[in-house]
Amino acid sequence: MTYSFAEAVGTARRLMTCATAAAVLATAGAPQLWAQDAAPVTIGYAISKSGPNAGGADMTVTPNYELWVEEVNAAGGLRMPDGSQRPIEVIAYDDRSSAEEVVRAVERLATQDEVDFILPPWGTGFNLAVAPLMAKFGYPHLAGAAVTDKASDFVKRWDSSFWFMGGSVDYVAAFTEILVAEREADRINDKIAMISVGDGFGIDLVKAARPSFEAAGFDISYDKTFPPETSDFSTMLSEASNSEADTFVAFSYPPHTFALTKQAKVASYSPPVFYLGVGAGFPVYPGIAGGSVEGVMSLGGIDPDNALNAAYRAKHEEVVGRAPDYWGSVLIYASLQMLAQTIERVGLDKEAVAQELSTGTFSTVLGEETRLENNQLRAINWVGQWQNGQFVAVSAEGGPGTKPVSLPKPAWE
Amino acid sequence: MLEHVVNGLVLGGTYALVAMGLTIQYGIARIMNLSFGDTIIAACFATYVLFSAFSISPLLALLILVPAGYGFSLVIYKVIMKPLVARAPDEGALEVDSILVTFGLLFVLQGVLLTLFGGGYNSYSFLNTPVNLLGTVVAGNRLLALVLSLLIGAVLVLTLYRTRWGMVLRAVALAPQSAPLFGIDTDRAARTAFAIGGAMAATGGVVVSMFQTFTATAGVVFTMKALIVVILGGKGSVPGAIVAGLLLGLVETFVAAYIDPGLTLAAVYTVFLLLLLVRPNGIFGKA
Repeated sequence: MTYSFAEAVGTARRLMTCATAAAVLATAGAPQLWAQDAAPVTIGYAISKSGPNAGGADMTVTPNYELWVEEVNAAGGLRMPDGSQRPIEVIAYDDRSSAEEVVRAVERLATQDEVDFILPPWGTGFNLAVAPLMAKFGYPHLAGAAVTDKASDFVKRWDSSFWFMGGSVDYVAAFTEILVAEREADRINDKIAMISVGDGFGIDLVKAARPSFEAAGFDISYDKTFPPETSDFSTMLSEASNSEADTFVAFSYPPHTFALTKQAKVASYSPPVFYLGVGAGFPVYPGIAGGSVEGVMSLGGIDPDNALNAAYRAKHEEVVGRAPDYWGSVLIYASLQMLAQTIERVGLDKEAVAQELSTGTFSTVLGEETRLENNQLRAINWVGQWQNGQFVAVSAEGGPGTKPVSLPKPAWE
Repeated sequence: MLEHVVNGLVLGGTYALVAMGLTIQYGIARIMNLSFGDTIIAACFATYVLFSAFSISPLLALLILVPAGYGFSLVIYKVIMKPLVARAPDEGALEVDSILVTFGLLFVLQGVLLTLFGGGYNSYSFLNTPVNLLGTVVAGNRLLALVLSLLIGAVLVLTLYRTRWGMVLRAVALAPQSAPLFGIDTDRAARTAFAIGGAMAATGGVVVSMFQTFTATAGVVFTMKALIVVILGGKGSVPGAIVAGLLLGLVETFVAAYIDPGLTLAAVYTVFLLLLLVRPNGIFGKA
């Protein structure tokens, strides 16, 4: 019952941008008709469509799955090594943001639905939860929305797993590099005020950040963790402000990121470096913040001069009805492009697909020559900053694909 | 110190505002409405749509959505709750039945919102202006929540304790079996109380949407918080909901400032436990 409802919701969201519930019911049941008779390639996934993870999944993962399937099917389907084309048929389940449910759904996809490929769920924890199952059933696991420092260990344990989003240490190291350069230029002092959410992402990042900041000679003058349910940050912001740190760091989830921005504006708290967690790279972020967010930093970022990426963003907006985020979306989409190209080269044999993903070179939205290193994508933008209405990838000096960081952050408007 | 008092009261104002409607529904209509938080979320979305698509200020949206919340809850009561009330042999049975039914209603509301809006995060900025209150800068929208909760609380208390109509409602709350003997239409009183609760949920939703990020599935968070406030304050007690709400706000703020922000939730539940040990029926509850 739940499954069919979840599917109906999924179908509905694919088919409509704005329709009434009645229209949804009418369209959700309509079978999709294919011009060709080729047997479809079944691709299954379990994703959080409800529960606390739905917000993240709905931003970064699900729209890209839907966009990719729609694009592939519009072009006639997945191309096989013999040149024929087969459409994609999707089986999607709602894991209801429950780790047990996602495991059950993946097991079902593998054993009952016997799909050809399984796309990963959203979130580090959920990807780790299904990784052993994916390996057991021999499915290549293209872990998209998962940040982990242990990827190098995981690829040894599960050699058909692939990691596309880097690890906490990578993100923090790139950010620390920028901070060190700023301090050397005398634009910031050596104090950092840092808060983090007491949950997966926050714990992971802050664990990497403490040693990284301290090794670079920074003094973490305020370092607190808050529960995920927190909605009021006025006290934490005033304490951070009292700590006289020039750098404010928050490893936060979107609701916190939005609240922190709004409340920092109210309190006129605008330190030279203002770095937030997930959500600051959402295209809706400036609107939510109510005006300019110039100078705000976070994870991710894009190269605005990259034509491939610009085309992807335009297509996403056209098909999904809204822009993708500036961090994970493009990585997820690239992983799907790699899967399609792999299938075109080696067919549907899972082992051959895993092998080709591991060693092949692909033309993706990230670049003409995208390849994995030790089953991990490393061509990732680690630090981003809002500059002139775009969330661009930055580094201390700028470089290929990154702009020079622009600090100190101007005051809120 | 004063800064934390102000911040705590402003935060508590939101809790009180959200909890008052639930306490009225529970206290007078005797319906433990688990879909209360989802009604709040529905109001959040309605405000969001009115604001972003029709450029209607959330303050004006109050004028539309509060009556809408009243009407919606009235219909819910007439269609879904009335048969339960009619067949329940006693209050205990009604409470159990209403918990089960509103638990189902929770998923219906959530499903409709998910279908219409998807699972993503929603937020916008309105009245996010600094207001200086006793030397502490607070957000205008949060202050509005505090002012509204105190204002509505005062109006409710005056109505309940100073008007004949309020007396009727209290009579039904106190002795639902005996009230009809005095010519009181208990069904009507319960219906009105449930609808007022719905109107309050809508008020809470409109105000909360101004500063808090919401998703289609976040209703349960509000229900939980409101439940704690209601039980802490004493079920059915409007002053209790206000005092308990403000108390929780103060506790959270002081713990965040002087001990650790990570312990705010633990502190809330500690206060909850301690108070229930001392006063099992809540601060304003009657034995």
